[in-house]
Amino acid sequence: MLQIILILVTFIALIIPMGKYLYHIAVDQHTFADPVFNRIDNVVYRICGIEKKEMNWKQYAIAMLVTNVIMVLVGYLILRIQALPILNPNGIGGMEPSLSFNTIISFMTNTNLQHYSGESGLSYLSQMMVIIFMMFASAATGFSVAMAFVRGLAGKTKSMGNFYVDLIRITTRVLLPLSLLIGLVLVSQGVPQNLSANVTVQTIAGKYQDIAMGPIAALESIKHIGTNGGGFLGANSSAPFENPNVITNIIEMLSMMLLPGSCVIAFGHMVRNRKKETKKGKEKRVLIGSEAKPIFAVMLIILIMGVIVCFAAEQAGNPILKQIGLNQSMGNMEGKEVRFGIAQSALFTTVTTAFTTGSINNMHDTLTPLGGVVPLMNMMLNVVFGGKGVGLMNMILYVILTVFICGLMVGRTPEYLSKKIEGKEMKLTALGIIIHPLLILAFSALAIAVPAGLAGISNPGYHGLTQVIYEYASSAANNGSGFEGLGDNTYFWNITTGLVMFFGRYLSIIIQLAIAGSLMMKQPVSESIGTLKTDTRTFGISLFMVILIIAALTFFPAMVLGPISEHLTLWN
Amino acid sequence: MSIFLKEIKKPLLVTLTLLLICGLAYPMLLTGASQVFFPKQANGSLVTVDGNAVGSELVGQDFTDTRFMKCRPSAVNYNTYTQEDKDNGDYTGIASGSKNYATTNPELSNRVQDDISEFLKSNPSVKAEDIPTDLLTASGSGLDPHISPESAAIQISALAEATGLSQDRLKEIVKENTKGKVLGIFGEETVNVLMVNLQIAKDLNLVK
Repeated sequence: MLQIILILVTFIALIIPMGKYLYHIAVDQHTFADPVFNRIDNVVYRICGIEKKEMNWKQYAIAMLVTNVIMVLVGYLILRIQALPILNPNGIGGMEPSLSFNTIISFMTNTNLQHYSGESGLSYLSQMMVIIFMMFASAATGFSVAMAFVRGLAGKTKSMGNFYVDLIRITTRVLLPLSLLIGLVLVSQGVPQNLSANVTVQTIAGKYQDIAMGPIAALESIKHIGTNGGGFLGANSSAPFENPNVITNIIEMLSMMLLPGSCVIAFGHMVRNRKKETKKGKEKRVLIGSEAKPIFAVMLIILIMGVIVCFAAEQAGNPILKQIGLNQSMGNMEGKEVRFGIAQSALFTTVTTAFTTGSINNMHDTLTPLGGVVPLMNMMLNVVFGGKGVGLMNMILYVILTVFICGLMVGRTPEYLSKKIEGKEMKLTALGIIIHPLLILAFSALAIAVPAGLAGISNPGYHGLTQVIYEYASSAANNGSGFEGLGDNTYFWNITTGLVMFFGRYLSIIIQLAIAGSLMMKQPVSESIGTLKTDTRTFGISLFMVILIIAALTFFPAMVLGPISEHLTLWN
Repeated sequence: MSIFLKEIKKPLLVTLTLLLICGLAYPMLLTGASQVFFPKQANGSLVTVDGNAVGSELVGQDFTDTRFMKCRPSAVNYNTYTQEDKDNGDYTGIASGSKNYATTNPELSNRVQDDISEFLKSNPSVKAEDIPTDLLTASGSGLDPHISPESAAIQISALAEATGLSQDRLKEIVKENTKGKVLGIFGEETVNVLMVNLQIAKDLNLVK
């Protein structure tokens, strides 16, 4: 447990300065690295013809959508022609249309659900110009949208910013430098980075062995920094070449936690009421803005609860194996790597689903039923830090809901950040919250109702249902991890999960931008004695309860039929 | 039409610019830097004997010879194959992963049960309840190069018999190839099976 605590403490220590840096980028303040980056950015702006025109929420959303659509088309084209002998030393063939559709939606939406296996499914050209490119683009898109959203909430300007400027600034100033640095550290630990063909060696036992090669480290670093999660190799971060030792395991976890965590901190700085806090004459040093505190606390508490449950469940082992005589004192090791053991695997599982990355360092399908509930729950909640930017936006929906419910209880007009929450915002919030469970449950119901869906299930009994729900939860939350036993490279699964990923991503983003856009245009109301404070401990507890109640109301029946029934049978 | 073209010109240019920077320049730059600073790691940490690569330090291998230490079960057989496997289609190409058996899947308990009886047959001095669980459960990647020190220790007496090396020498070899926790806190203790077997082969003069 000590190692888990140390990693979480490091996480908090890292996001505070990083959050400040993100804040400076978001509000266009001076940073130490400006002299270099301004020059690079200006070249890019000139080539692309970007003038820094301010946008309202609709223009911002349209610019985001059009850019994403063009990226999808370009990426799809590359996947379809990848059989060409350009950067394709292993002679990989072209990708079939429904799989290409699924793959491209998956990477554009930051989901990284993979129905192909990297070793046999993609050429190096596709790995670089589709996968790596999309990993940057989708992460930058998510973060840009989140910045615009918070600008709207903060209400300090009357515009949401410029999408293209945000997209490029976040790529050049955060994603690229971090990826290069972490990529090089990963290589030093043993992650390959080359363009050679796979190697065949003759072993000392006189057999042959094929060893995968390729630009693995370049993909690996942005995969975690951008909370993407799609592996270069089929086995993702459990493969020794993607994650060779415990040091890389910790680096990979911290790099996926860094930016979503920092987003919350940056949010705190962005919405901070300066007047109030500079009352005493000089500005206080702020670590976490007061509005971000309850949000951060709720996220952290749910994360820690998840780690504890997952660790305990995996450490308990598999009673069926114990029965047939295999000692389980080491825990449930099926599907796990010896170098990570239970602690590093349980932490990785919780982190990768809370931060919606979706990379895995152990096979989630082989987790114990309760161990599997944790990743499933994280994706169903979709607010425990969440992917780049979007997790924060989902959380704000719950904050607005909490403000509304508390407002009703005390009989006041609900307000958040000095703006009245009215009918229009509440309708959008309710819609934004309901889309996620609706996508997961409706599509799961569809899948178990039709033979094409049932055909994918690989494990018998209750676990089969969990496999289905997990796949859609992962798609809707844009996570991308899977209960990988599911035979999902079929027309049915490729198309349905493609749709769920698409709606899960863009519907939520558009609704959230609309809410922020509407709040931005309102006149601020002055704070009075009756104002519900949203930076208190009481509010944090209310928020936590609202999240739990909504989650329980929507997902509890499905949980009972899947993992909980499986747990009861397993331990009976 | 011209308005449409004007509207999509900007996003199209942004897409192409980012495609070239992130999808081409970045991985190429990292490849260059890695090949200069860490050439061994960047090319797969290959282990060579007599100038020929025999495996990678980071990737496990399937050992069936009784003179060699065993790795964990693998769903992809560590991508290890004979010419015959390739010809008759038992080996279908490079892969990674596991069979994804749920804890409640009967196939899992059947596999483990078969493996227990087979292991006891080749290690007659061992009792079933002493077998560490990592040795008979499949890794997630199917390429795990490690086993726990307990799993190595339990194979020693059978190995001593098959190789003719003394138990002390074998224990010494295992110890040389055991790595502890990082800073004494992070991760687990691991034994690298390929490196152990390479040393055994050297002791037996199977390789130079």
